[in-house]
Amino acid sequence: MEALLSVLIGVMTASAVYLLLRARIFPVLLGLSLLGYAVNIFLFASGRLQLASAPLVEHGLAQLPDPLPQALVLTAIVIGFAMTAFLVVLALRALHELGDDQLDGGDKP
Amino acid sequence: MNHLVVLPVLIPLLAGALLLLAGRAGKAVERSIGLIATAALLLVALLLLSHVAAGELLVYYGGNWPAPYGIVLVVDRLSALMLSLAAVLALASLLYAISGDDRLGPRFHVLFQMQLLGINGAFLTGDLFNLFVFFEILLIASYALQLHGGGRARVRAALHIVVLNLVGSAIFLIAIGAIYAATGTLNLADLAVKVAAASSEQAGLLRAGGLLLLVVFALKAALIPLGFWLPPAYAAASAPAAALFAIMTKVGVYAILRVHGLVFGPDAGEAASLLTPWLLPVGLLTMVVATFGVLASRELRRLLAHLVVLSAGTLILTLGLDSEAATSAALYYALNSTLVGGGLFLLADLIARERGEAQARLDREQAVARPALLGTLFFVGAVGVAGLPPLAGFAAKLYILQSAFLHTAASWVFAVILLSGLLVMVALSRAGSALFWRSGDTAVLQTASGLLPAAATTLLLSSTAILMLGGGTATAFTQATAAQLADRSAYIDAVMVNTSPHRKGGF
Repeated sequence: MEALLSVLIGVMTASAVYLLLRARIFPVLLGLSLLGYAVNIFLFASGRLQLASAPLVEHGLAQLPDPLPQALVLTAIVIGFAMTAFLVVLALRALHELGDDQLDGGDKP
Repeated sequence: MNHLVVLPVLIPLLAGALLLLAGRAGKAVERSIGLIATAALLLVALLLLSHVAAGELLVYYGGNWPAPYGIVLVVDRLSALMLSLAAVLALASLLYAISGDDRLGPRFHVLFQMQLLGINGAFLTGDLFNLFVFFEILLIASYALQLHGGGRARVRAALHIVVLNLVGSAIFLIAIGAIYAATGTLNLADLAVKVAAASSEQAGLLRAGGLLLLVVFALKAALIPLGFWLPPAYAAASAPAAALFAIMTKVGVYAILRVHGLVFGPDAGEAASLLTPWLLPVGLLTMVVATFGVLASRELRRLLAHLVVLSAGTLILTLGLDSEAATSAALYYALNSTLVGGGLFLLADLIARERGEAQARLDREQAVARPALLGTLFFVGAVGVAGLPPLAGFAAKLYILQSAFLHTAASWVFAVILLSGLLVMVALSRAGSALFWRSGDTAVLQTASGLLPAAATTLLLSSTAILMLGGGTATAFTQATAAQLADRSAYIDAVMVNTSPHRKGGF
């Protein structure tokens, strides 16, 4: 499972970096979302991976899962969601004001 | 438990919520709420400063949970100093804003308070994940403040900042995940203990996490090669926003000083002195690039934005000297450069307003309406920021050079600081003569703006003189702060009390 998860995180991050380097607003948005997923799974895995364990706590279970990474991921998801929403609105405004969807242009008209 | 500690977070939060509700009650109500909240914040910050001046650490356990499990806010001398600095800067920026700039766009006052919430929270938190959360609050408010007033340049700059910082946040989370996986804690005091005792197996993960954190903080502090976003953004931002942003790069520097000083300090076992090989070269490079930026600027606000990068570079360079005296010098320099930098952004806007179409471009065009007042302020600000006697900029630079004297890289430090000082002086005198002397024969077109903005600007710029006059007190305090930062075990002991806070008297 560890190998599967690391490959998944790696592929998602690589795709995200590729999309980010396109430097056009829509691919960049997709790239940031993908990067967010990869990071969240990574953060989740930092509490160790376990199969067939209780979600939080159960009497008589020797190995309990770590609840903190779950809380961290939840916070990160909420913040990431807000940031993505803000970026979408800003991108629409930029498209309206600047007339193009390039991210790497200068500030000259 | 002292509830004063949580007020710098609560006041802006409640004021911001109140301002959202009061949005329809008119500008006068909004302005008074904003002013009262910011003045109260300054008061609380100064009270905290007097509380911790004797060396005590104030620890606030959120929900009264004991240290490694709950959320802690910690005030030591450094936190209190930064809180006070932010509050002074905020009050002056707000005084400037209520003279008219808050009408440029909606919800200025709400965003301003939220920005303060993020900044104060970042200075207070004793927990790595909460540092992330407060950074995000600070950032999302800064995106909107950056856009305040609208226009192409601001939208373009905001787009860059948002995308860069979203990538930065992802890196921050990766670093947090790596550090958590290796230690199982995110409380800074607990981390300091666990990292020092980490096995060599975990050291790689910890070092990677620590260096990723440096990348994130360097992005916030606008260090080269991660700082190219700053000049266009700050040059385009509205004046009160730009003045408040003068503290933002210092938040990044603060985070480096706090997290890396405490967790990856000299006694951190396998990951000890993680940053020592990095800070000095990065600081030198940042200073060199920023100095070229200052020389090449053809507009006053862009010149000032490059000066912000320059001061961040100087700070990191000084921290890279890695001694108590250097830390003390860096803090004294940070006080002066933040206040004067903020004041100069306000002054640049005053100049731009009075020159009408010519704005703040550095060419022979339009004279200002009040050359005597603005010229004097510009002279004071320029002397203060370039580091000439008799103002505090000079004392700060002297202090830095003195602390670098015995360092192995002293020749590099001396050469770069002195040369960049000279070149900044050249650029500023060229700017001053273009703005005030060579345009003397043109007719004055614009009427003078009121007294309040000039008063707010004077308040910030006069701080360089006050810091010079009170230099003894200020440096005594920064020395005590540096000594407290070096004493890691006192911080750890204060946060990680073995007895539950309930038994210590609690509420």
